[in-house]
Amino acid sequence: MALIRQTSPHTRGAETTSRVMQLVMLAALPGLLVTTAMFGWGTFINLIWISLIAVGSEALVARLRKRPVAFYLRDYSALVTAVLLALALPPLAPWWLTLIGTAFAIIVAKHLYGGLGQNPFNPAMVGYVLLLISFPADMVNWLPAAGTPGYETLSFGQSLQAIFPFLGGNLDYDAITMATALDVVRENSSLTWSELQATNAALGGTFAGKGWEWVNIAYLAGGLFLLYRKVFTWHAPVGMLGALIVMSLVFKNGSGSDTHGTVLFHLLSGATMLGAFFIVTDPVSGATSNRGRLIFGAGVGILVYVIRAWGGYPDAVAFAVLLMNMAAPTIDYYTQPRTYGHKKPRKGLAKPEDR
Amino acid sequence: MASPTPEAREITLNGLWNNNPALVQLLGLCPLLGVSNSVVNALGLGLATILVLAGSNLVVSLIRHQVNDAIRLPVFVMVIAALTTCVELLMQAFTYELYQILGIFIPLIVTNCSILGRADAFASKHPPGAAVLDGLMMGAGFALVLVVLGALRESIGQGTLFANMHLLFGPVAKSWSVVLVQDYKQFLFAILPPGAFFFMGLLIAVKNIVDNRISEAKKATQDKPSTGSKRVRVTGTVS
Repeated sequence: MALIRQTSPHTRGAETTSRVMQLVMLAALPGLLVTTAMFGWGTFINLIWISLIAVGSEALVARLRKRPVAFYLRDYSALVTAVLLALALPPLAPWWLTLIGTAFAIIVAKHLYGGLGQNPFNPAMVGYVLLLISFPADMVNWLPAAGTPGYETLSFGQSLQAIFPFLGGNLDYDAITMATALDVVRENSSLTWSELQATNAALGGTFAGKGWEWVNIAYLAGGLFLLYRKVFTWHAPVGMLGALIVMSLVFKNGSGSDTHGTVLFHLLSGATMLGAFFIVTDPVSGATSNRGRLIFGAGVGILVYVIRAWGGYPDAVAFAVLLMNMAAPTIDYYTQPRTYGHKKPRKGLAKPEDR
Repeated sequence: MASPTPEAREITLNGLWNNNPALVQLLGLCPLLGVSNSVVNALGLGLATILVLAGSNLVVSLIRHQVNDAIRLPVFVMVIAALTTCVELLMQAFTYELYQILGIFIPLIVTNCSILGRADAFASKHPPGAAVLDGLMMGAGFALVLVVLGALRESIGQGTLFANMHLLFGPVAKSWSVVLVQDYKQFLFAILPPGAFFFMGLLIAVKNIVDNRISEAKKATQDKPSTGSKRVRVTGTVS
């Protein structure tokens, strides 16, 4: 009999890392399908291309670090990063853009810090932010949703040519791309909310931005499935969405031309639901205790609203998540749970005087 | 004055590699990261730093017996500030455009920790000759890292190399600019401050790799059993 010296935790979850990662990918499927239906084949092509790069980078780094390549690839974490990046990037992001972002995410944001479990920042979000600050013009090439008058959905071949321009074809980006609903609301300074909804095609959805609302609802469904399978607890998503709701209620600024948009608009626009269920729930770069997760999520929600309402970027989830990633160790320090049978730790307070 | 003055070879090696102000001491990072976005900016600040560093080391070494220990730091800072002002005036006279681009970083040479550090740690304890050499070599080590960082960031960020060198060397240098990639899309990350930290980290990593290789190679040659020995080994294993 082998006596293995073990330290806590002695009880582990039933799910292995690779199983959890597979579940996350499965849960992202409805979001991917709706995005493809709404914005054409671009995201789908990007997903395959980004997955190839992510797996290639992961294998390369594992080789460089003299680690077993197959073991690293089998935990599927590189593929999850690839899925998140593909869903976050604009559908027609050119091949070199995704190449840079994905390789940076895997090699620098994940493996330079020690690989899965050691990275202080969410790799997919680091890749996204790198691209956002480096190539701002290419990161706003969002397409109008299917059914927008005056626009046609791109065919598979057209999308392929847009992503890999050397395959021929010359698309005029200005003619096929359109500002997203979030951009429209931020740039607006003259129209009231109801006028915006009536005149601007991007805002002509049933509840919120056209197309985006269904994408977000699909992510919400996937997230609820993960919650049901106990892949993560409810704290971080509830924290983020709750904070976003409170912020958009308090700072809505009426429904005139100064408005920052309704609560439902913020919940169902941009990357809100993708962030709430697939990104702030990252077990590595987020806070670890339940109370900590609640605070972490709330911080992300507040920052998302602040950047959306008063910032200068198309969406805010990536920046908000990175900023809160930085704060996660501090949150953990102050929210350490009480050990069973012990008094509350007096962390962060002055030591009691010697008696 | 207690430590013996090191030899010229050692001073040179220390400044350029073993004790490089930018890669090992990590001093003066503010200007290093701030202006290393192109070769011309990097070289301009690097030359200015060499001048100030060598000059301040010389002056500090000359007055080292007269300065009271208690007030040595303010005195050194005054010396450095005076020399920085000289360099600033020189740059205003001869390379005015570059002076405008580098802006606040030229007066900020005063606060470059590596200069005060060398004045206190080396120049105030050693004769003028060694002090000047130390200043030159430390400055050269700093400038070298600055230029390499500038070249990396300029080529990756803008796809050019040696652009605008005429700001430093006059009209002759106008043709030095090399366009590495035609129609290059600017990679802003490399030009912005985060890129400076990133490439600086890579440079430090490369230096550590090289150092590890060198020490491993040294170890290997030391461990090698001497082939000239005629004694027969009867116990143990030959590795």
